Amino acid sequence: MKTTFRGLLGATALCTVAGIASAETLTIATVNNGDMVRMQGLASEFEAQNPGIELEWVTLEENILRQRVTTDIATNGGQYDVMTIGTYEVPIWGAQDWLLSLNDLPAEWDADDILPAIRGGLTVDGELYAAPFYGESSMVMYREDLMAAAGLEMPEAPTWEFIRDAAAAMTDRDNEVYGICLRGKAGWGENMAFLTAMNNSFGGKWFDEEWNAQFDGEAWSNTLNFYIDMMNESGPPGASNNGFNENLTLFQTGKCGMWIDATVAASFVSNPDDSQVADSVGYALAPDNGLGRRGNWLWAWSLAIPAGTDSPDAAKAFVQWATSKEYTALVAANEGWANVPPGTRTSLYENENYVDVPFAQMTLDSINSADPTNPSVDPVPYTGVQFVAIPEFQGIATAVGQQFSAALAGTTSVEDALANAQALTTNEMEDAGY
Amino acid sequence: MARAVTQKRKLIATLAAWTIGMAIFFPILWTIITSFKTEAEAIADPPSLFWFDWTLENYNVVNERSNYPLHFMNSVIISLGSTLLGLIIAVPAAWSMAFVPGKRTKDVLMWMLSTKMLPPVGVLIPIYLISRDLGVLDSRLALVVILTLINLPIIVWMLYTYFKEIPGEILEAARMDGATLKSEILYVLTPMAVPGIASTVLLNIILAWNEAFWTLNLTAAKSAPLTAFIASYSSPEGLFYAKLSAASTMAIAPILIMGWFSQKQLVRGLTFGAVK
Repeated sequence: MKTTFRGLLGATALCTVAGIASAETLTIATVNNGDMVRMQGLASEFEAQNPGIELEWVTLEENILRQRVTTDIATNGGQYDVMTIGTYEVPIWGAQDWLLSLNDLPAEWDADDILPAIRGGLTVDGELYAAPFYGESSMVMYREDLMAAAGLEMPEAPTWEFIRDAAAAMTDRDNEVYGICLRGKAGWGENMAFLTAMNNSFGGKWFDEEWNAQFDGEAWSNTLNFYIDMMNESGPPGASNNGFNENLTLFQTGKCGMWIDATVAASFVSNPDDSQVADSVGYALAPDNGLGRRGNWLWAWSLAIPAGTDSPDAAKAFVQWATSKEYTALVAANEGWANVPPGTRTSLYENENYVDVPFAQMTLDSINSADPTNPSVDPVPYTGVQFVAIPEFQGIATAVGQQFSAALAGTTSVEDALANAQALTTNEMEDAGY
Repeated sequence: MARAVTQKRKLIATLAAWTIGMAIFFPILWTIITSFKTEAEAIADPPSLFWFDWTLENYNVVNERSNYPLHFMNSVIISLGSTLLGLIIAVPAAWSMAFVPGKRTKDVLMWMLSTKMLPPVGVLIPIYLISRDLGVLDSRLALVVILTLINLPIIVWMLYTYFKEIPGEILEAARMDGATLKSEILYVLTPMAVPGIASTVLLNIILAWNEAFWTLNLTAAKSAPLTAFIASYSSPEGLFYAKLSAASTMAIAPILIMGWFSQKQLVRGLTFGAVK
């Protein structure tokens, strides 16, 4: 009896050890925005479908996450099996062979369903290096009541000229209402994301085909002068300190007539729990100057698998699940169609349940009007609408952003800011061997 | 008359101390108050100090989304572990510099301090590679060792200053009575330097608790302390101030309470030797 009991105990222990040994743990690094947090909540479904795979989450603020995963992948640290990265990182990391190609994901995942603009930004030499989780562009959000009070009507596709005039007409400084709120805080992902996209619509670019900086050209001068004149005339005080969150606060508390920023903001400003102006927000495409390019950007948070992962198959299974049509249906069933991750698949915008979601069509049109492989009016040697997908860009654009932010604050002139931007960009690019 | 002036002075000094104290504490108080607001109330203009609908919703959300006990335990182990290890190394080091100074003791002290002048990011890649090769990435052990090394100059400097105040004759007397080096440090020096050691320990725990470069860059899921817990609620694209405030309150509460109870020792230790 004793022997049998011992035998049973031993067998149970062995089974337990074998069970532990066969369970694969995936460490997933992700940003802390609403869609990602929702995925974390629904991931138990994936674990239920894949009993051999356990998920561990590392959720972080975007800039800290970027620093951490970049350190890890550049040193082949192997801490993560799945990383959430943006359209800036994918072309650079893909070209370095730091990521696993996702071309071999099964046919039912339906790669052809991914929006062409998004897919183009995640592909290097024909290899898809990341699966888009959600995509976003930028657009005009405006107060319909203030626009009507100014006797104006917002066209679906406004020009910069209209935006400037409407902003002036809506401004009522005595009541702390400012016609236009735009990013002014220095940073490659702050004011430079907006200004680079705006410059595209003014016919400008960062570099010509020989990688020469273009800040001494007419387009950048027109862009920066227009932006600063408009902000001085109709923007809020202290705009050079304002980023996404500051402008969101201003807009939600009724202090902005118009705000041009990420399409993801639409879900915040239209939410009556958070926004005092939720019932009077309208949307329009980002402005243009009639040159064939709009001032909107393109970004996709995507899931990628570092080449150094120990669990490539499990990681692919997770990426496939999280970016599939089935996942979209799962979110819709649990949290409603308004909460499904937007901007990645054509089929979502053909879905009759999604058509009624406000700002859905505007998001799609905005994404479709941006082309990361051909962002400007003239041909350019780089990929990226509001960025240039080279490793040096973060540092250069943040330094240029400081110059432009200072020009907005009035501590330097537009001419000096452009001259300094030209000099520092040229130096950095020469040092980098361009 | 003289008495009236003293009273008046006292009143002014008290008022000034309270004003400065409240000014320093106000951001923490504001964070705690915001943690009980809704996201809409958190950004309301003008803001409300006390008259709003107090809610525990943010704490519920934070508790649901994050594994607070894991992060808390990691913080405790990392800060206590690094402090203890630092003390074991620093007490003999400070003893030798205070009581058996050589020609270059001052230079050594300055050199130790100079290691604090290097921006941490400058050595991120080497330390990351070493940790990777030793297989200690995302482990509490790596953080204990690194935080010990980072805070060691401060511990040595503080202990050195306290030890210098203790008359060397007492140690000589102990030696004449036959005390070994070990018992001299353990049974004579250490008890006399308790206030200094206590404040060094407290300060080092606070520094290690709040360290937010290495604890963020060398951890992933297993060993992430409360700094990573807070970082998961800050967002450049989304207003989650109320939730961020709740997470911050939960992260600073333990160290705040510890500081509150040990403020006497802290002040005594920090002013030890300041007035001769």
